[in-house]
Amino acid sequence: MSREDYEVVMGLEIHAELSTKTKIFCSCPTDFGGEPNTHCCPVCMAMPGALPVLNEKVVEYAVKAGLAMNCEIAENCKNDRKNYFYPDLPKSYQISQFDKPLCNHGYVEIDTKDGKKKIRILRIHIEEDAGKLNHDEYGRGSFVDLNRAGVPLIEIVSEPDIRGPEEADAYFKKIKSILEYIEVSDCKMQEGSLRADVNVSVRKKGDPKLGTRTEMKNMNSFRAIQNAVNYEAQRQIEVIESGGKVEQETLRWDELQGKTFSMRDKEDAQDYRYFPEPDLGMIHISKEYIENVKKTLPELPESRKKRYIEEYKLPEYDANILTSSKYFSNLFEGAVEKCGSAKAVSNWIMSDITGYLNENEIEPEKIPFTAENLAELITLIDKGTISSSIAKKVLPEMFEGEEKSPREIIEKNGWVQISDEGAIKEVVAKVLEANPQSIIDYKAGKDRALGFLVGQAMKETKGKANPGMLNKMFLEELNK
Amino acid sequence: MNISRDEIIHISKLARLNLTGEEIEKYTKDLEDIIGFANTINGVDTENIDESITATEQSNVFRKDEVKEFDDKEALLSNAPSMEGRNVPPSKCFIIGR
Repeated sequence: MSREDYEVVMGLEIHAELSTKTKIFCSCPTDFGGEPNTHCCPVCMAMPGALPVLNEKVVEYAVKAGLAMNCEIAENCKNDRKNYFYPDLPKSYQISQFDKPLCNHGYVEIDTKDGKKKIRILRIHIEEDAGKLNHDEYGRGSFVDLNRAGVPLIEIVSEPDIRGPEEADAYFKKIKSILEYIEVSDCKMQEGSLRADVNVSVRKKGDPKLGTRTEMKNMNSFRAIQNAVNYEAQRQIEVIESGGKVEQETLRWDELQGKTFSMRDKEDAQDYRYFPEPDLGMIHISKEYIENVKKTLPELPESRKKRYIEEYKLPEYDANILTSSKYFSNLFEGAVEKCGSAKAVSNWIMSDITGYLNENEIEPEKIPFTAENLAELITLIDKGTISSSIAKKVLPEMFEGEEKSPREIIEKNGWVQISDEGAIKEVVAKVLEANPQSIIDYKAGKDRALGFLVGQAMKETKGKANPGMLNKMFLEELNK
Repeated sequence: MNISRDEIIHISKLARLNLTGEEIEKYTKDLEDIIGFANTINGVDTENIDESITATEQSNVFRKDEVKEFDDKEALLSNAPSMEGRNVPPSKCFIIGR
């Protein structure tokens, strides 16, 4: 049997750090970086007798995420202790939620090659992050930095509704995009503020029973998830095809070697001995509370997409890309508001801006100029102040230079388009004088000669001449 | 309540305890007694009584999301077994899998 006879079934557990100012159970700052062990206090360092107090913003943000992902919000919920020993966990337990999470039974929609598909969300719960271990390269030991200990997380657990790596990718991107839109997490994957545990199993197509799953922890890039799932699915199929059985285990994905490795043997199988957290009370969520949080929800990507198609008449493909990131979407809407040309703004974002980001491996949130800047660029082209070929030179300047205003960039570099009739006439005369053969060719019916002459004039003016005017004046001269 | 030897070995592993054969015997018996005692609570009639999850009746005890830096950070690190910069190496008993 080949791979085509199998179906890859996946579930994702996505951890997102919430962008609160302070930690979940104490008033220490959550800022990333900082000298090791400086954002700490007796609570997050687990000093005996120190007691946790829940940050109200954590509940609000988690409810917001739950509503944005169509979850039921629990009327009553509580925190639980998850017990395990690890050097990055100073209390030797993590305060999490076990049987009564804050949000239950939601879903998000993803686009697949067969159309829209709902991926169900089993639950979203709140918990604290662990510290960080810095492993010494000389083998002297591991250094514990507890700045991250106690940073609030939500864990979003999907049902095993995901089929194959492409859907996993679409789902992960959708969750990231929603969290960015509702502004509860900055989702910086390289800083580990968004990461996923991926459960993978395979089964023969048509088999109603799920296969045994393996889990890969802490994946923090789209590419790693794709590669890891592809590898792991193939490995499981090979195990089954050779008559073996897939063991339920936790694996580590090694991106460099492109392989998964077993992390714990069976004897170490986790036994977390959850029990209700005695240091914290219950959380009651009222209907009014939920209604108030609902009012703070911004327009979500699905709704924006619909609006772009209906209101701005954009193709669905364009609307999809523009709403895939809050940063694109806000840039688009901001610029359209200023310059009024939805199609032009969309084209700039879809081609030149996306091209620049991909080429330089930059995330959309790192776009350094504003929607006003982009609108100004488009307005300058519309007014004929610059040609679109000059505009393509202005954009990299907007990314790289100190000056972000296209008008300033153009003036500084002397890129203003020449639309002065006298100046253009002069160039036309000069080019015609230097290229008598082209005049003969044109008169002999070779239309290409005109294009050549315009090109020469553009070269002469370093691309600044208004191409429309050039064309017109050359024709006038040649037809005399 | 019967506790097996294997359960004691499993629990001691989770607690990172190395028990001798004698201790395993002793704790098997002790834990049977302890759980047996705790089980007396199961005799209470809980019909018509709401489930209670926490020891206190308090709920929704929240803190505002405002930064307050702890001011005696040196004291926090004074128990660390050794230091490099401000990193605290874990004490030996915490190192697993080495």
